[in-house]
Amino acid sequence: MINDQYQNRKLVIGGFMILVVIVFVLRLIDLQIIDDSYRDKADSNAFLKKIQFPARGLIKDRNGKLLVFNKPAYDIMVIDKEIKNLDTLDFCQTIGISKSTFDNRMKEIKRKAGFSRYTPQPFISQLSAAEYGILQEKLFRFTGIYIQKRTLREYNYPNAALLLGSIGEANKKTIEKDEFYVPGDFAGQNGIELTYEKVLRGEKGVEILLRDAHGRIKGSYNHGEYDVPSKAGQSLTLSIDIDLQAYGEKLMQNKIGSIAAIDPSTGEILALISSPTYDPSLLVGRQRSKNFAKLVNDPLKPLFDRPMMACYPPGSTFKTANALIFQQEGIIDRNTTYGCSRGYHAGSFTVGCHAHFSPLNLVQSIQHSCNAYYCSGFRAMLDNRKYPKVSDAFEVWKDHIVSLGFGYKLGADVPNEKRGYIPNSGVYDKIYGKDRWRSLTIISLAIGQGEVLATPLQIANLSATIANRGHYITPHLVKGIEGGKIDSSFIQRKVTTIAPQYYDPVIEGMDLVMKSGTGWGSRIDSIDVCGKTGTAQNPHGADHSIFMAFAPKDNPKIAICVVVENSGFGATWAAPIATLMMEKYLKGYIPKRRLWMEERMFNANLLPQN
Amino acid sequence: MNRRVNILQNIDWITIGIYVALIIAGWFSIYGAVYNFEDAGFWSFSERYGKQLVWIGCSFLIATTLISMDSRVYSIFAYVFYGIAILSLIVTLAIAPEIKGSRSWLVLGPVSLQPAEFAKAATCLAVAKVMSSYWFRLKNMKNAMLLGLIILLPFCLIILQQETGSALVYATFLIVLYREGMPGLVLFLGVCLVIFFIVAIRFGQEPIIAAFPEESYGIFLVMVFTIVVQIGLLVAYRRNVIVSRNILIGNILLFGTSFCVYKFFDTPIQFTYIAGISITASVIYLIVTSIIHRKMAYTWIAIFMLCSTGYAHFADYAFENMLQPHQQIRIKVTLGMENDPKKAGYNVNQSKIAIGSGGFAGKGFLNGTQTKLKYVPEQDTDFIFCTVGEEHGFIGSLFVLIMFLILLLRIIYLAERQRSEFSRIYGYCVASIIFFHLAINIGMVLGLTPVIGIPLPFFSYGGSSLWGFTILLFIFIRMDASRMEYLKS
Repeated sequence: MINDQYQNRKLVIGGFMILVVIVFVLRLIDLQIIDDSYRDKADSNAFLKKIQFPARGLIKDRNGKLLVFNKPAYDIMVIDKEIKNLDTLDFCQTIGISKSTFDNRMKEIKRKAGFSRYTPQPFISQLSAAEYGILQEKLFRFTGIYIQKRTLREYNYPNAALLLGSIGEANKKTIEKDEFYVPGDFAGQNGIELTYEKVLRGEKGVEILLRDAHGRIKGSYNHGEYDVPSKAGQSLTLSIDIDLQAYGEKLMQNKIGSIAAIDPSTGEILALISSPTYDPSLLVGRQRSKNFAKLVNDPLKPLFDRPMMACYPPGSTFKTANALIFQQEGIIDRNTTYGCSRGYHAGSFTVGCHAHFSPLNLVQSIQHSCNAYYCSGFRAMLDNRKYPKVSDAFEVWKDHIVSLGFGYKLGADVPNEKRGYIPNSGVYDKIYGKDRWRSLTIISLAIGQGEVLATPLQIANLSATIANRGHYITPHLVKGIEGGKIDSSFIQRKVTTIAPQYYDPVIEGMDLVMKSGTGWGSRIDSIDVCGKTGTAQNPHGADHSIFMAFAPKDNPKIAICVVVENSGFGATWAAPIATLMMEKYLKGYIPKRRLWMEERMFNANLLPQN
Repeated sequence: MNRRVNILQNIDWITIGIYVALIIAGWFSIYGAVYNFEDAGFWSFSERYGKQLVWIGCSFLIATTLISMDSRVYSIFAYVFYGIAILSLIVTLAIAPEIKGSRSWLVLGPVSLQPAEFAKAATCLAVAKVMSSYWFRLKNMKNAMLLGLIILLPFCLIILQQETGSALVYATFLIVLYREGMPGLVLFLGVCLVIFFIVAIRFGQEPIIAAFPEESYGIFLVMVFTIVVQIGLLVAYRRNVIVSRNILIGNILLFGTSFCVYKFFDTPIQFTYIAGISITASVIYLIVTSIIHRKMAYTWIAIFMLCSTGYAHFADYAFENMLQPHQQIRIKVTLGMENDPKKAGYNVNQSKIAIGSGGFAGKGFLNGTQTKLKYVPEQDTDFIFCTVGEEHGFIGSLFVLIMFLILLLRIIYLAERQRSEFSRIYGYCVASIIFFHLAINIGMVLGLTPVIGIPLPFFSYGGSSLWGFTILLFIFIRMDASRMEYLKS
């Protein structure tokens, strides 16, 4: 070795090299061991998780008839980078668009957020199978054009549009709330499709593909070892009888109103008709938005789910509820009589009534729908000394009414149910001042007018409660879920605050309504129907005709409420429609004697004439 | 005074073993980087792993040839080799077609060569030859300038070829010069130069306080560093406690007072001027001291201070006005001044993702998704280390780094046992060049140094690079094998 004075500098140089390598090792420890964010970044870099869309659950009616199923639709996707020598004219002709539409659409796509030249972008969505067939033959010529399959809904019946609901592209809010969805996904928008979205939608599968830096697919990862197949949605069996539903819709054609029919023993909704209605297949496919706009702008509001959302004063049907409460509170019994001299008179105040004998007892008061009887009973309750104040008596009344299913949402499996309206004493305190109001001030509640509002479903539920003599089961549309259970609230009985024995006189009265009272014209042979007519006062025009009923009287199978808007007295239109529905459901046919009535209902046009 | 020695007995098989191991590991990395999921399994010599195998075969041939040559050839013909290299660089410059913005490829029929890769070995020979000459003294200005010329000539030619990365490699000769007696101060000043440049650029666009946005925080920091270094130099070289103490106290008073005024009296102060006052005062004080004590050292320190202050301003100016925009962006991204992972930082970001995703044990051979799917650019050349990091994880990366470190330390050990200055200096040249490539390449891949395109020795794809390093290393191995031919001096 050469001896030189700088020999020790080898240590400095060697040391420096070691130092640099140590720095690298520390950096590697940081990158590869401590910081694991790079692993996630690598995954999102290289793996394209291609979603496998599950088939949506089917919907059947209570008799197993298929109502809603799936049909394939095809989206045209373009990969801008791959478009080469595209015969635009041929392409446009094949899919039936003009050249300018093509150009505009391409521009539109490129402006969209998330546009990439390397990945498929939706060009036209929801081609039908027939349109796809034509395109498919030429597809090999159109490089850069791809087809993505997705499923749409198809309907076997043109009925029950609102209760079934529809699916549409999930909106931004839905996507933010539920990570199941990505933009472009379909989700239930209303009706059963919305309420049972989580059941129907199934589980998405995933196919893991490898993707290069340009976003191009380079095949599946590990031969699909980590792929997850999609799981089809569960099928639903509705409580709806689609034939009854269709029949009801036919009866209600050219009328505004609703029918709600419930099986009182189970709370299952047998038919739920909102009129006017529309064909659910209008809201499928490429025509959806066009048709939707048409429906939204229709002055008759076909998208308004009347049996669930329309709130009417229940009118005389409410007398049955009052009769129950007065008995429960010991204000009257079945023998209590009140006089009626063509109405109820208190000083200069009068509630009119029609001509009938006087005085009458409880059963007769329902049979003849006597206003004076209920005004007298209502005042007798509110002014009764057993309650410290009128407002206390009113609160007791209100609690009973609420227990009968009014004032709050019943909790049906329909997304847009309204609660109706039952005021409490605070409301009147606000209007008239604390304790500045008397029984006479709110007397119209006695006959179901004034501040009370109820939905047709709530009135039908009252009918079911009376039919059951003291309880109801929350009305619901879904009877069974494939491989699952319906909500327990659709099985439990809701017992009212009224003792069962008080229902008997009310039922007797309702029976007499059909035998010799206001509903006599709509009676059904060989079946004891209990009914109650009503008229909801309408400040904007002709009164709404209301009818609630159940049948048979013993062991009831169907409870119903029919509302026909602007048609006047309940017995004229609502009662015939209701009894036809019941007869159809119970017997399966309409006997000859009544065919003229069915015909009359089918043909009547009660739509407002401009 | 030579004697014949059996070469094979004296060959350093350890170095050759590491060389072979690195080349094999490198080939597998290239195979991994080029490997395509779609058409795996087809062997092809037209693919890069196939070609690399040919290059490897050729380099074994080259190695054998170099070993079988007489060791004295390298010493005797050192200048000839150097001349050929310089000539080939000039020829390349004249006739090379432009490939990816650089004119560094000499196309000879089917083969393309990069003369710059071979110029390194030739320059090493020339440097070793000059420095080992009996007349050579590093402290002699003329000799030093001659040496500088030998190093700068290829450097400038390669710069002209637009291969900045390959040119910067020549800076590594500073290590050799340091080993051979260049004052550590020069190396220190060199480091200062780099640090001051980085600081001046990094903080160049930031104000010191909001009131004076035109002031540069970067320049201010360089001035403060200068003041600190000045005190350090005084203590280290003059051991004059009183002068350093005076300057220290003066600075504390000056900066302390102005900071208090700014902080407690809410008066905005241009701190660049405060630092300027401090430097001016120090310079005057140092020159006066120099005259009184009749020691030039004080004046040198004063000159250092003036120069570095000027240099900071120059760096700021040069960065803005002399560098090309893409170079500016590369530097900015490296210094963390700009964050745009899609553009200039894309390579480094993807490379960090690839390495980071490898984890401790890696994803396994041919299972790396980042490198396979071409997320990492230049993945078989400059970014080859990504493949190692991703597929073999921390363990694999550590193994490669340690192999390189062992190789470097082994070369230093071998260099130190040489009996001739020529072969020792040449040995250090080899170690320095491999080290520079390692430091810059791995540093770049790990996101620590700017993206300077230089290959990782023995790993990166490419015939020229592999042959260049093989020649560089095996000339030294040949020299080492015949070290016994020289008698101890």
